Amino acid sequence: MKPPKFAYHAPQSLTEALQTLAGVGDEAVLLAGGQSLLPLLNMRLASPAHVVDLGRVPGLDDIRVTNGHAEVGAMVTHRRMEVDPLIAHAVPLAQKAAGYVGFRAIRNRGTVGGSVAHADPAAEWPLVLLTLDGEIELTSANGSRTIRADDFFESVYSTAKRSDEVVTSVRFGTRFERNWGFWEFQRRTGDFATVAVAVACVVEGGSVTEARVGIAGAAEKPVRCTTAEQALLAGSTSAASEAAAAAQDAVDPYDDVHGSSSYRKRLVFAATKRAATQALGHHYGVLDHA
Amino acid sequence: MREVHVTVNGASAAAAIDPRMLLSDFLRDRLGLTGTHVGCEHGYCGSCTVLVDGASTRSCLTLAVQVDGKSVHTVESLAAHGAELHPIQQALKDCHGLQCGFCTPGLLMSVAELASNGSTCTRDEIREHLAGNTCRCTGYQHIVDAVEQVMRSLRSEAVDVS
Repeated sequence: MKPPKFAYHAPQSLTEALQTLAGVGDEAVLLAGGQSLLPLLNMRLASPAHVVDLGRVPGLDDIRVTNGHAEVGAMVTHRRMEVDPLIAHAVPLAQKAAGYVGFRAIRNRGTVGGSVAHADPAAEWPLVLLTLDGEIELTSANGSRTIRADDFFESVYSTAKRSDEVVTSVRFGTRFERNWGFWEFQRRTGDFATVAVAVACVVEGGSVTEARVGIAGAAEKPVRCTTAEQALLAGSTSAASEAAAAAQDAVDPYDDVHGSSSYRKRLVFAATKRAATQALGHHYGVLDHA
Repeated sequence: MREVHVTVNGASAAAAIDPRMLLSDFLRDRLGLTGTHVGCEHGYCGSCTVLVDGASTRSCLTLAVQVDGKSVHTVESLAAHGAELHPIQQALKDCHGLQCGFCTPGLLMSVAELASNGSTCTRDEIREHLAGNTCRCTGYQHIVDAVEQVMRSLRSEAVDVS
C-alpha cells in the first residue's frame, strides 16, 4: 500500500511541464490533486516511470465567466467549485454537483482537471460537462486544442487526451443557469455515484426550447439521452415522467457489486424524473434547490 | 531524494525524502508524529486526516513533496502532551465519542476544520461532514453529540487549531 518508485518532476511553469511531457510523456502521469492517482499508486494499479506534479504550475486555477461559458482552470478544486460565488451564479448545476464529489477532505485537494482526465464513468465532472455542452482545453508543447466533452470521454478511464497533453481548463455552458436539475444516488455519502442524472433546459415563453439529459453510472462513460431530451422538448404536463421512461429504455447498464443492470435502470428512471422535475419546477417556481 | 521544508504544528521541519513517500509516513516515520493513524491507505477511512493550510487532507493520498512550503497540523497540535485537552477532545471524552480510538485523530482534525470558523451545524450537516471518517466502535451517535456540544460551546469564537 505504498507508491512504487518513480522519477518526480515538479515543473515551475506550464512551459516546463509541457517540455517534460514532450520528453517522457508516454511513461509519465500527471499529478494534480492526487485524489485519484494516489489510490492507484498505493494499490500498485499504476506504476508510472515518471510523475509530473502540476502543483507548482501557476495560472491553472482561474475561474472566469465570459461569453456564454464559465471557464475553470484545471487545478481548481472540487471544494472551490462548491463555494465559489461566480460558479454559484453562472453554473449552479456545477455547484450542486461539486458537493457530491467524495468527502470534504477529497474535495479540498481533488481538482476538476484531474477528475476530467481520470474519466471515471461515475464521476460528476464528466457528466456535468457533457450535459452543459462543455469543452475541454488540451495543451501540449505544440499548442492548444479545444475538444467537446462528447468527443473527449471515450470509455472507462479513457479520453482523447494524448500523453504529451495537459488538461489546462474546462468550459461549462452557462445558458442553462435557470432550468437545471441534478440527482445522484450514492450507497454511502462520499461514494461514487451508483447512478447520477443531470438535466439542463432553456425555457422561453413557457416552452422548453433546449434540453439536455446526461446520465452517469449506466455505461462506460457518461451519455446523453436524446429520447429523454425530446420528451422534455415536447412539453407535455407529464414531461418529467416521459423523459424518465425514455431514459430507462435507452440505457443498458453494466452489472457490478454496486448494483445489477436492472437495478441501475430503475435508478435511472428515478434520477431522471427527479432531476427533470427540478429543472422544470424551477422554472415554475415550485421547487427550491437549496 | 528531494529536499522538503514543511511547517508542522508551527515548527519548521526539513528532510531529504524519496518523492514517493506519503505525507502520512513522513509525519509518522520521519517526524515521529504517530498520532496520525494509517488505516486503509486509499482515502476511504479518514484516520490519517490532517490539516494542510487549514484544509482537511488525507495524508495517505498526499505525497510529502506536495506539501513542500505548506503548513500542516496534526492531532498533536490540539493539546500538548500532558496539557489540558482541546475543547474538541474534551467534548469527545465527555460524550463518549470514542472507544478504541483508532479513528479519533483523523476525526478530531475533520471536526477542527468544521469548527474552525465558529459556525454551528445541524446534526445532518455534522454527519455529512464526518462521512469521510469511518468509526467501527461508536455508531456515530455520540460523536455527533460531541460535535454539537463543542460547536455550542464555541459558537462565538473560532477554534484555535494552530
